[in-house]
Parts: sequence; C-alpha cells; structure tokens
Amino acid sequence: METTSSREVILKGIRYSNLFLIKQEAEAPQIPVFQRADTPLKPEFEVHLQKAGGVAHDVSSVAEVETKLAVLHPEAMVICSAVPEIAGTRKVTEVHDPHELADVDVGIVRAQFGVAESGAVWLTQEDLVVDALGFLSQHLIVLLDPNEIVSDMHAAYLRVRLDETAFGCFMMGPSATADVEATLVHGAQGARSLNIFFLPPM
Amino acid sequence: MSNTKKADPAAAAELFILRDQVHEPMHDRFLWATMQRRDAQAAAIPEWEELRELASKIKEHTLTHLDHYLEEFEANATKRGAHIHWAIDAAEHNTIVHSILESHGVKELIKSKSMLQEECQMTPFLQNRGIKVIESDLGERIQQLDGQPPSHIVFPSIHKTRRDVAQLFARKIGTDPNNDDPHFLTEVMRNNARPRFLAAGAGMTGGNFAIAETGTFMVCTNEGNADIGASVPPLHIASIGIEKLVPRVEDMGVFLRLLARSAEGEPLTQYSSHFTGPRKGGELHIVLVDNGRSRRLGMPDFWHSLKCIRCGACMNTCPVYRRSGGLAYGATYSGPIGVILDPTFDEFKYSELPFHSTLCGSCTDVCPVKIDISDQIFKWRRVMAKKGYLPLVKRLAFAAAGRAFGHPEEFRLMEEAGGPALGYAPDFLLYNHSLNPWGRDRQLPQPAKKTFREWYLANRSEHGND
Repeated sequence: METTSSREVILKGIRYSNLFLIKQEAEAPQIPVFQRADTPLKPEFEVHLQKAGGVAHDVSSVAEVETKLAVLHPEAMVICSAVPEIAGTRKVTEVHDPHELADVDVGIVRAQFGVAESGAVWLTQEDLVVDALGFLSQHLIVLLDPNEIVSDMHAAYLRVRLDETAFGCFMMGPSATADVEATLVHGAQGARSLNIFFLPPM
Repeated sequence: MSNTKKADPAAAAELFILRDQVHEPMHDRFLWATMQRRDAQAAAIPEWEELRELASKIKEHTLTHLDHYLEEFEANATKRGAHIHWAIDAAEHNTIVHSILESHGVKELIKSKSMLQEECQMTPFLQNRGIKVIESDLGERIQQLDGQPPSHIVFPSIHKTRRDVAQLFARKIGTDPNNDDPHFLTEVMRNNARPRFLAAGAGMTGGNFAIAETGTFMVCTNEGNADIGASVPPLHIASIGIEKLVPRVEDMGVFLRLLARSAEGEPLTQYSSHFTGPRKGGELHIVLVDNGRSRRLGMPDFWHSLKCIRCGACMNTCPVYRRSGGLAYGATYSGPIGVILDPTFDEFKYSELPFHSTLCGSCTDVCPVKIDISDQIFKWRRVMAKKGYLPLVKRLAFAAAGRAFGHPEEFRLMEEAGGPALGYAPDFLLYNHSLNPWGRDRQLPQPAKKTFREWYLANRSEHGND
C-alpha cells in the first residue's frame, strides 16, 4: 500500500518544479459575463436537442404525457419512474440495488434545468434516486419545466450545486457512438432514445 | 517503458499508407471532416478566442499553484467520503489499483476509456494478476479485442474500416463476418457489454477534470459507458493525472464549452458527469498520478504541455497524423500532442517523433488551451540534436545546411548549382528508403527555373545593389 510519503514526494516535486517557472497568474482569471442576444431559449434548446438525437414534446397535462408514452414505447414492460406525477410499473424509490434496474425498458425522470446552447439537461443523484436509472434504462423520458432553461454552460454552472450532490450529469440526448467508420449510432451503451416533455412540476 | 528500441514513425506510417487504397484516405477524410465541424462550432461562438485565452490562463494559474489545489481537492473529496491515493509513477498506480481490487475480492473489472491507464499499462498488469479487465467504450473494446492500443485519444479505432470491425467481431465474438453495418456492430457490443457491467465487481474511469473547490471530478463520454461503470458496480476507482485540476466550479463553464467543440465539433459530449464523493451505497477511490508530470512542470520549454485537456484537435488538423495513423507513433500519445508528451517519458525511444511533423503550426492554432505545440516540437528537435540522438544521415544533412545558411556566399553557390542538379538527381538518391525515410511517398516540387535571388535582382533592380 502507498504511504503518505508518495504524497509528500509529489507535492515536493511540484514545489521544486514551480521554482523554475515565472508565476504568470497570481490569481485565477475572472470569467466575464458574455452578452447574449435576447432571444427565447426554448426554441434554441429544441434545435440543439434534436441535433443531439433527442426529441422535445409540448404537453399540457400528465395525462398527455402518459398517452404519448404509450405511443412512443408500446412494448415497454418495465417503466420505472422517479417522478411523483407518473407511477409507471415500478417506483425507483423501492429499488435498493442498481442491478435491479437491468430490466428497465423506460426510465422517467425530471431534470432540474436545460441548457439552450447544447440541448443538455442537468440530472443529479437526487433526481435519479438511483444513478443507474439514467444509464441502464433502454429509453428515457425526461420532464422539464420550459421556464427552467439557461442560455449556456456559464449560466449552467451557476445553478449546479456540486457541494450538495454526489452525482450530477449534463445529459445531451441519448447514448451515441461514432466508433465504427465515424458513423453516428444511437444507443451505444446508455439510453437508446431520449424524449423530453415540457411540463412544469405539479 | 525504457526499452531501447526507437519508435520509427516514418517506417510505421509507410505501412499504413501502402497497406491499400482504403485505410489511409478514409482516415484522412474522417478526421478532416471532424476538423471542419470543429471550425464551424468555433466560428459560431463570438467569444471563442476569449475562451481559449481564459482556459489557458486558468490552466497556467493552476499549474503554478498545483500543490495548493491538489491539497484543496484532496481535503474536499475526502470530506465527501472519497478515498484519495497518490501514485508517484505507473508502477505505484497499478499496485494501488490492484490492492484495492484484491481487498474487495474483485475478479472482473469494467472500465471506460482512460489515456492515463493506457500510459500506466494497467490492463496487462491486472490481467497478469488474474483480474479480468474489459473495456466498455466501443472503440477501446475494438482495440482491446484486436490487441492494439488506441490510435487516437478520442476515436480509438478511427484507423479501422467497418469491414475490419466486422471481421474482428466474427473472429472474437462469432458474429456474421459479412454484416458490417455500424448499427449492427454497435448493437452487438451493447449486448455483449451489458452482462459484464452487471457482473463486474468494480468500475474504473479516468477523469477529464478535477475541481479543487468541491473535490469533484468529471468524466465525459458519448456512450454513457463510464456512467454505467460508476453507477452499477459497488466500487468505483478513478485514475486522475495531477495536471487535471481546475480551481473552481465556474471554470468548468469555460472548459466544457471548448472541449467537445474542439474534439468532435459538438457542443458537449452526450454525458458530462460530475462525481463528488461516492454514490449512495457505493465506494469511491481516486488515484492521483504523477508519473513524470511534476518533473515536466519544471521544464521551462515544455511545461505548457500540461495544460492539455486531451481533445485531439491537434491530431485531427495535423497533415502528418492524418496520413500516418496514430499507431505509427509507437507511443501512448500520438499526433502533435504525443510528439511533445512522449519524449518526457523516454527521450531516446521517442527521439524520432519530433521529426514526424511539418511544423506547419496548425496544431497550435486549434489548441483550445493555447499550448505552443509546434514551437515545442521544434524545441524537442534541438534537444534530440544536442543529445546526439539523431541518425547519421540527419546529422550530416543538418550540419551541411547549418554551414550553408551561416555563410551567404556558399548558400548562393549551392542554390545556383543545386536547383538544376535537383532536376537531374535520380530518384534513387532522393527517395532512397534507408538514406532518407522522409522521401518515401513524397515528391519534391519541381525546382524553380530561377533562384529567388536571381528573380529579385532582375525584377527589383532599383534595390539591386543588395
């Protein structure tokens, strides 16, 4: 097993090496606020989500979500929900071990906010309840309040609280790969599809 | 690492180029298309150049205060329940990982892509000790099944055709060798990997960034494979190079806006995941690895290479890399960034790499953290010359050139005599394989009828007295 001495050797080595460098930046630079055109964020979010392979849906009620869910995934046997609005066939709060999620066809989660410049949504351990729900589910349904969209990653990092969650993910569409002849394929390891329903929480 | 056989990128690149009419043109085309997507993304962001400058400054600041930020990261990650380990070199990294796995009785491990774990040669180390190691990134898995290292830091199997992959899977997994549809091949690997994720006793990842302020580390993937590996097995081990630190959460806004745009011409990777302490019910170990980095930090000409965020843009834009393929470099890191990183591990072994470049400077222009890559390549050439690592033919040619450029009269004579001589010089001298490997597959341009000086004197006679 390593001892504290490796730690000390490395830190000492860094301090020694730093003696050879001119200290260019005494402070970390301030990150300016970049001006954004005053355009609505939802259409921009939708365009980028589509490019990332996701699909956005405007809905007016929970009932409409359930109807669309049945159309999108008619053969789904196991629907595991992490949101109070939709019951599914299994509540994720009753799952104790992530391996229990291996058979999930559709996972349903609510994202805290979306990012217009990429179409990504922010999901934390608290939103997923069991992290693996976001990645073992064959398909994902994400509920998102259309008023909760920020313009870019600078604004996004002002909202995330990494000091309050063990896991957080910007998820931009479904799983993807281009490892065989640079051909884009969705559903490499994670979700095969990602549908976002614009619906404020109850 | 220190075996004495020199990497021979020119000879290896020749094998790639002469293999057939398919692989090298395809490789060139794919990477150039990626570069064009990167250019479009960069052009669409008005503050792109400002972001590059910020990213460079943040990294410079962090690297010149690295001891402070590592201690801050360690304190915060520990507070959140992560176990922090420090590894001076590759051997210590591998030993630490092995002892964690052994103490948890882990026999099978699923891992996502980590260039650091490649650098440490971790997989053979663990497999020799009876632990099964499975790559979960599709490109990495293809390379693992083929017994090859990744040829590109972002697209590990970009040098292979779909036919190569179909035949490899047929041999190793028993699928139809004639079905080379990428959708089919991806689905094959998805179904092959799922049971392994569920059976694995541990998941391993690398780390793209580590945030001192919160003790968080970040992993970027497109497949979500790192997330499955981190969220399903009870044990998560992450290997992180000490140069991956950034001070604050807000810094990530700058880096994530640059990373995937530079790497693949997309606004983000599909998954940008943040780990702060172990997940609910899980255990998290972080191995902070030096392996030569603290020493590199003290090299005034080369420490800027530690700013690298491993996007691969320098490789995609490099005319030499695109034609050579990444395996030609014979090293963990290929392309322009490899040329400046690899010699810090073994100067003699990688002494030819700095000459595997045209010094066109495109790598420097696209680097999202403004590493002076092409200048460093040039400086490494000087190091190799000074240390006497150059082969005889290069030494003689450079010595002659040095004499001529240092003596204008002699240069003029050579120029006037040499131009016509080039026209008659038989190819077997210019393109002799063993005398001049750089002449292989390349043609010199036709020499001009006049030297520049002759043209200048004739056309700009008012300044003709020189």
